[in-house]
Amino acid sequence: MKRRKFDVAAVPGKAAGGVDDRFQVATPLRKLLNKVFPDHWSFLLGEIALFSFVVLLLTGVFLTFFYEPAMTEVVYNGSYAPLRGTPMSAAYASSLDISFDVRGGLIMRQMHHWSALLFMAAIVVHMMRIFFTGAFRKPRETNWIIGSLLFWVGFLAGFSGYSLPDDGLSGTGLRIASGIMLSIPVIGSWVTSSIFGGEFPGEIIISRFFIAHVLLIPGLLVALISAHLGLVFKQKHTQWPGPGRTNENVVGERMFPRYALKQGGFFMVVFGVIALMGGLFQINPIWYFGPYEAWVVSAASQPDWYVMFLDGSTRLMPAWEINIPIGNGYVIPPLFWPTVVLPGILVGLSTLYPFVEARQLKDYRHHNLLQRPRDVPARTAVGAMAVAFYIVLTLSGANDVIADKFHISLNAMTWAGRIGLLIVPPLAYYVTYRICLGLQQHDREVLAHGVETGIIRRLPDGRFEEVHQPLSAADGHGHAELDYVGWVVPKKMNRLGALGPAIRGFFYPIEKPVEAPVSPGHPPVEPRPERAEIGSGESRR
Amino acid sequence: MTSDNDRRRGLLARLRGRPAARSRGRRRLGAAFRLIAALTLAGGAYTVFAPGVQAQENPPLTGAAAEGRALFDVSCVTCHGRNAQGVEGRGPSLIGVGSASVEFQVSSGRMPMARQEAQAMRKPPVFTDEQVRQLGQYIQELGGGPQVPQGNLREGANLSTGGELFRINCSQCHAFGGGGGALSSGKYAPSLAPASDAQIYAAMLSGPQNMPVFGDNQITPEQKADIIAYIQESLKADQDQGGFNLGRYGPSTEGLAIFLVGIVALVFASLWIAGKS
Repeated sequence: MKRRKFDVAAVPGKAAGGVDDRFQVATPLRKLLNKVFPDHWSFLLGEIALFSFVVLLLTGVFLTFFYEPAMTEVVYNGSYAPLRGTPMSAAYASSLDISFDVRGGLIMRQMHHWSALLFMAAIVVHMMRIFFTGAFRKPRETNWIIGSLLFWVGFLAGFSGYSLPDDGLSGTGLRIASGIMLSIPVIGSWVTSSIFGGEFPGEIIISRFFIAHVLLIPGLLVALISAHLGLVFKQKHTQWPGPGRTNENVVGERMFPRYALKQGGFFMVVFGVIALMGGLFQINPIWYFGPYEAWVVSAASQPDWYVMFLDGSTRLMPAWEINIPIGNGYVIPPLFWPTVVLPGILVGLSTLYPFVEARQLKDYRHHNLLQRPRDVPARTAVGAMAVAFYIVLTLSGANDVIADKFHISLNAMTWAGRIGLLIVPPLAYYVTYRICLGLQQHDREVLAHGVETGIIRRLPDGRFEEVHQPLSAADGHGHAELDYVGWVVPKKMNRLGALGPAIRGFFYPIEKPVEAPVSPGHPPVEPRPERAEIGSGESRR
Repeated sequence: MTSDNDRRRGLLARLRGRPAARSRGRRRLGAAFRLIAALTLAGGAYTVFAPGVQAQENPPLTGAAAEGRALFDVSCVTCHGRNAQGVEGRGPSLIGVGSASVEFQVSSGRMPMARQEAQAMRKPPVFTDEQVRQLGQYIQELGGGPQVPQGNLREGANLSTGGELFRINCSQCHAFGGGGGALSSGKYAPSLAPASDAQIYAAMLSGPQNMPVFGDNQITPEQKADIIAYIQESLKADQDQGGFNLGRYGPSTEGLAIFLVGIVALVFASLWIAGKS
């Protein structure tokens, strides 16, 4: 029997044809693969969060193979000598086993923790990009709300995960969380006892947090992230204004192959950075904190950075207790305001901001083009104010460490935080507003008069003036005003081609400066001739 | 015993017995003798029990203590006063603090203090170990007080007991990794990294500056050895299994690292990838 020739090159085509025959996917897939994404580095910040979430899922699944979510007391008998023979919960013992006895367990745990921090950091940085460029405006308000919710759900994911090792640090965090819940008027004690199954710490909280951390919250995150990305697909990505870019089109690269390849590469970079951090930097050394005991609280017990602003607000809050004379007396503890009311206000403000701004500006149109932060000084200044507020609170959350390591009195740090919380945000507002106006003015100046050339000309009457290179042909009065279109205005001569272009290359020049082409009609630059020193009398040489 | 009793009975009999047989002159002589004896007794008792001026000025110092006194009179007397009784507003009395306190404060360079502030800082020590011992001996002989025992201070210690005791008693201020922490108004718990066995022991025993005293009835010498062993052999000797420890400052430096390392690296990566078009 004659052997049939096997054509390797035809295999993918035939296989794809076979799939399409059966599932009719070519048409929708073509639409998907041809989708155009605008390209700008700042559009990749959200991807950092997405990719670190993928790493979180991968490493988290690994950890669940070895973690035991139980508070039954065991006596540790593993590899870490200084804890051997210590009674502890099974959860903490298994966390120690992951760190010391499971092959690759410690790096997985550290990667999981670092990617959690990175997830939250990337969310915040991405959120700032969206805010300062006005990408949240109609029609994308829903996606802004989903994004804000993602921060708060990520916050819960982080906190529940922080509690799972059941070491001294996480137990201290849980104790504070139970205190926060208890401070809620009327329902506080009910909420606490239903979550902890009685009085803190009880015996159920670890297994409850475990199921929330590995099932409920990740499920919610996956759902929100899917909706977030789905809306980006549906509503299309925003883009910067520029040549050929309008409110009605999207200019960029197709999903396949270039954009997909870039994203794949970027995923590898994110994964690599997390793996490097997991391998090089120690994070949360649970073995130093020991098993959680109610009477063990270490100095420098802080939450992870994204919760630290709540710790800071608690530290700055004066001890104002409200006594309500009902029955035997009812007390609203001061803890209630910085840890329940403040985050409540922050959630409300952050989710409603797009509507507040639209109402304020009476602007209900669709916006697919981004704005440069300088062009909307009020919004940029409000954003700077919010960031300043957050930073003051976060620093106050670590004020004991700062006080100790920089030799500042802790009391001074607390007062600096209290006063700073009131003064720094308005100051940030004012400074940012003025900077925005200054940048705007400079843009307008360049558009009206041209780019500074650095050439000084002396006029016949002795005056000096700088020669400007106009950006367009001058009218009868010598003015050449251009309209500002919301994009970068060239401010250096080499951007206009009047000098040699800037040296290309990212980390090192891919062309040598000498080889850089000089624009036609420009004489080649010669090295400066050596000059003899001018002096009086004989030369010393 | 019996002979003593006999002699006492004899003496009493001599004083009380045969009253009728004595002449007037002899009675007068006896009264004078008794008066003199009573006065001598009272005077002797006074000299024995009353604080003597003589004893203050010439304490029976041993050689080392005398050396220590010479050092004290040069370097410590300004704040702690003559005879270490303290100077109001400058330095406390050192009567009764014991050589443990001297050992801690002087060998860690905290004393002599550079200036009056919330708390004395650790500095390169001014005195040699021998001089520290002499100063300690002087203070010890002056007023007594707790002493650091000689020999190996962590013999037969149990690391895990030490860890547990450390976390309960020490980590509130010195932090889980022994790196120290802030207290109120510029006071602080120092890092344990440079502390020697004897210094840790002396600190527990004497409660220097803002540290509470952990006397032998609170933490027994064996438990002290456990704690010292945990600090020296576990906290300090561990090479931080997870990599660079970021100063063991807890989550605050971890938060800093994720922005300074993670976000910065990835923003550069995104600039690079977005530029490739």
